[in-house]
Amino acid sequence: MCGIVGLFLKQPKLEPELGALLSQMLDIMCDRGPDSAGFAVYGGGTPGFVKLTLRGPAGTDFAALGAEIDHPILARDTHGVLSVPVAEEATVRAALARLAPAVKVVGAGARMELYKEVGLPADVAKRFKLEEMSGTHAIGHTRMATESAVTTDGAHPFSTGPDQCLVHNGSLSNHAGVRRLLAREGVAVTTENDSEVAAAYLTYRMRGGDTLGEALEHSLGDLDGFYTFVVGTESGFGVLRDPIACKPAVMAETDDYVAFASEYRALAGLPGIETARVFEPEPAKVYFWDRAA
Amino acid sequence: MNLSLKPAAAEGETLVDLATTPLRELNGALHKLAADTNQTLWKIANPAGRHAIAAGLDVPVTVEIDGPVGYYCAGMNKQARVIVHGNAGVGVGENMMSGFIHVKGDASQAAGATAHGGLLIIDGNASARCGISMKGIDIVVKGSVGHMSAFMAQAGTLTVLGDAGEALGDSLYEAKLFVRGSVASLGADCIEKEMREEHRALLAAKLEAAGLLGEVDMSEFRRYGSARTLYHFHVDNVSSY
Repeated sequence: MCGIVGLFLKQPKLEPELGALLSQMLDIMCDRGPDSAGFAVYGGGTPGFVKLTLRGPAGTDFAALGAEIDHPILARDTHGVLSVPVAEEATVRAALARLAPAVKVVGAGARMELYKEVGLPADVAKRFKLEEMSGTHAIGHTRMATESAVTTDGAHPFSTGPDQCLVHNGSLSNHAGVRRLLAREGVAVTTENDSEVAAAYLTYRMRGGDTLGEALEHSLGDLDGFYTFVVGTESGFGVLRDPIACKPAVMAETDDYVAFASEYRALAGLPGIETARVFEPEPAKVYFWDRAA
Repeated sequence: MNLSLKPAAAEGETLVDLATTPLRELNGALHKLAADTNQTLWKIANPAGRHAIAAGLDVPVTVEIDGPVGYYCAGMNKQARVIVHGNAGVGVGENMMSGFIHVKGDASQAAGATAHGGLLIIDGNASARCGISMKGIDIVVKGSVGHMSAFMAQAGTLTVLGDAGEALGDSLYEAKLFVRGSVASLGADCIEKEMREEHRALLAAKLEAAGLLGEVDMSEFRRYGSARTLYHFHVDNVSSY
């Protein structure tokens, strides 16, 4: 099954509550996917700086690691976030790889932070204190593993480009072929998960000049299988379902937000849901919102 | 059972708040009702998209649900009237045997799937596979239906005031399809058929049951049905199977 949720705020007033709202949505989707969970939050950023989200083994001393690389790391359970000037990104990444090879950079971008772990989604959200986070938009995933193992690497979201992330409900049937295409094009896919291939495909298209909307449009022709995707970029939020619409999806839109969930239950607690426009996204139709536009 | 019910607002009326009463208790209480029960009107608050609300009923009572419901609402319904003041999730009225279901919003996929009888009215749109494998139910959708609607539909009627998506009536048996708007494409073995007097009478009866007779222009509907070329295996049809 898997459960996916997303919340894109159109107005600043709900920004302080973003994490709390997403956390509640994720909790309700626990019974669609109890294996692992993850989420990406687009919070504040500093111009000229890149935010790196790190993931380490349990017990990683992020404070000590931060001191060693001369950049403070904000620790959240097994993850840590640091902000470095863009010019220093490569140096910092190299230093991290040298000093703490077990620590991986799982997300990078001007504003995105990305957290994921195995375990019950409600517990995962609590461990990372999702309810305290603020931002403009966020996506989340609760996983029922089918195509690959229950590991943190197999958890969603997948981020394969700066400020880009994707959550997926479904399974791709041609991910091996697309993986080979991406390898030839020099796009790295680091796990065996089919959903990472979808994320990397979008990165590949956007690297070639597509907007997110155009990249999603191309996915319809190039990605085969069952999917509902919810994707985030620095300022945008997209939704795409395969032409058969095998996987469920429901959306709600008000003046304040656009929300996505696998089931209406996850939307039921959102403010103003009683008067929201609730609709089912159509198959093979790209939905895309952008705050910058 | 310890059903936490509010005092009845009127004789025969039972109020259940799903924010405080577990769904299992509500459905258990509905299943226990005797055929001659005096509790003939059930008003359900705060459904919050829960699944299988009022599924498996077999008594002539009315259940009014105040808000959106999740999957399989009123599934397997027999005799009951179920009214949803909101949207319905996947499989509303699946395998209904008789009775009446009225969704006052949109319905998700597979509305009325495999249902043998009764009437399902959807005020908004129904998405993909509406009436899939229907076996005798009458479905009236005031909006549009998605792709593969009435797939393998065997008996009953599907009346759509709006448009139909791709592959309408694919591998259709004897269900009768009436569509007022456009049809994106017809599925294998589904063809447009002549609207004769008997079909106009049938359509009028279904529109009347849905309270729509006189509200819409009957001449705008077109009828679709089975070409009956797939009933038996024939090698010339192999590419259609």
